[in-house]
Amino acid sequence: MLKNRYFWLFMSPVSILLLWETSTRSGLLDARFFPAPSVIFYYLIFTSPGEGLWTDISASLYRIFWGYLAGCASGIVLGVSMGLNHTVRMMIYPLVALLYPIPKIAILPLIMLVFGIGEMSKIVVVAIGSFFLVLINTLHGVDSVAKIYHDVAQVYRIKKHNFVLRVILPGALPAIFTGLKLAIGYSLVIVVAAEFSGADAGIGYLIWQSWETFSIKAMYAGIFVIGALGLAFSLILNFLERCLTSWRDTDQ
Amino acid sequence: MQISTTRLSKSFSRKEQRTVAYENLNFQIEQGEFFCILGPSGCGKTSLLRTIAGLETATSGELNIQPLNASKPGSIGMVFQEHGLFPWMTIRNNIRFLLENNRQMVSRDLDAIVNEFIDLVGLTTFADYFPHQLSGGMRQRVSIARSFANEPDLLLMDEPFVFLDYQTRCALHGLLLDIWQRKKKTLVFVTHDIEEAVFLADRVLLMSAHPGTVKSIIDINLPRPREFLTLRKLPAYQDQVSELMELLREECEPFNL
Repeated sequence: MLKNRYFWLFMSPVSILLLWETSTRSGLLDARFFPAPSVIFYYLIFTSPGEGLWTDISASLYRIFWGYLAGCASGIVLGVSMGLNHTVRMMIYPLVALLYPIPKIAILPLIMLVFGIGEMSKIVVVAIGSFFLVLINTLHGVDSVAKIYHDVAQVYRIKKHNFVLRVILPGALPAIFTGLKLAIGYSLVIVVAAEFSGADAGIGYLIWQSWETFSIKAMYAGIFVIGALGLAFSLILNFLERCLTSWRDTDQ
Repeated sequence: MQISTTRLSKSFSRKEQRTVAYENLNFQIEQGEFFCILGPSGCGKTSLLRTIAGLETATSGELNIQPLNASKPGSIGMVFQEHGLFPWMTIRNNIRFLLENNRQMVSRDLDAIVNEFIDLVGLTTFADYFPHQLSGGMRQRVSIARSFANEPDLLLMDEPFVFLDYQTRCALHGLLLDIWQRKKKTLVFVTHDIEEAVFLADRVLLMSAHPGTVKSIIDINLPRPREFLTLRKLPAYQDQVSELMELLREECEPFNL
């Protein structure tokens, strides 16, 4: 059992939760601010669903899904175009370097001016956040495709669309996945921050609302859900990555 | 395909410094011949091959590539030193992908061609493996199969066996000559290995280094089909090898090889 890597994978979070549980129950931690994890889980599983937890989760998931999808798709398309075309690269790169470091939450008010305070502004801010991370990693991936594959494609007169779809994209895929994984975590951060203000549902809304009404258990429930979503997303992306880049010489 | 060059030269300039890759090359390659370009490292032989392939351009002079059929441009196949296969495609798809992009292959049974050439290099059981699952020698066999399967008018090989061990290299020499004799393609083969050149070629172009120029062009008058173990015992073979060795030695004299 000690040799099983999944054992160790679960061991570290479980031991932290145990430490927390005993600290609260022994009175070392103030139970009003740090309720025991068992209490939070009980609340999360048996009480909160009745209070509309699913509405909040599905509202956040909806925003993440469309924002992430739009951001990643446009990041990949523009990253590949910049990687393959020098003019496009020179034109877009200064804009990317300029806009990338601006905290996306800082432009949320601006986005809300343009897209209104509804769903669209939250989807757009998630999309912008994902876009830059995926774009930069895709560009790096296209650059990392070895010159010899360009040579092979040129000598054998590979058609342009085949070159992009079957040489450049698979070659850049490992780097693209790095971008996708960074972007999904960042999407969670952004969606929660965006929901703190000007939302009437969502995990961020739940946490903020709970804080204002001093429903500490509900606040922790929201935080736990974010953690669980983060874990689930990264497991899904790792699985996809293993399937799509199985040709790599890494499992030896 | 017939190739001829007149005063073909190439040089690079970087930070005010001009480096000559090759200079004033005049030679001709005939249709259907096995032509070796032999020279010490740094003589510009790879650069010359890449110029013929269209991957680089010469600085001055003329390169004339005459296709067999004047109505359509001739096609070129190339085998690189290593890593020329796409790692994300199986062996079968590596060969098939190039065929799918070849206009001459439209309306041909691609699967049959792929299978024929995989069989020809003896990799039938490895058809659905990925390149990293194969040895270096097997990968070069796939590269060779891939280049011939396209039915190119001209085949270019850039030291394809340089990273292989001696045994594997000998086996692949035999395999290459066998396929070349069946398919009768014009083949230009770059190497720095004298025995490899003598064993494979009809003619050897010997290049001098710094700058790369044509030192001499030598006919290899050895019978075909060639088999290494018998050929190496022939006095004619040994004479050719030692003649080339002496010529190459002059090139390396400053370093006292």
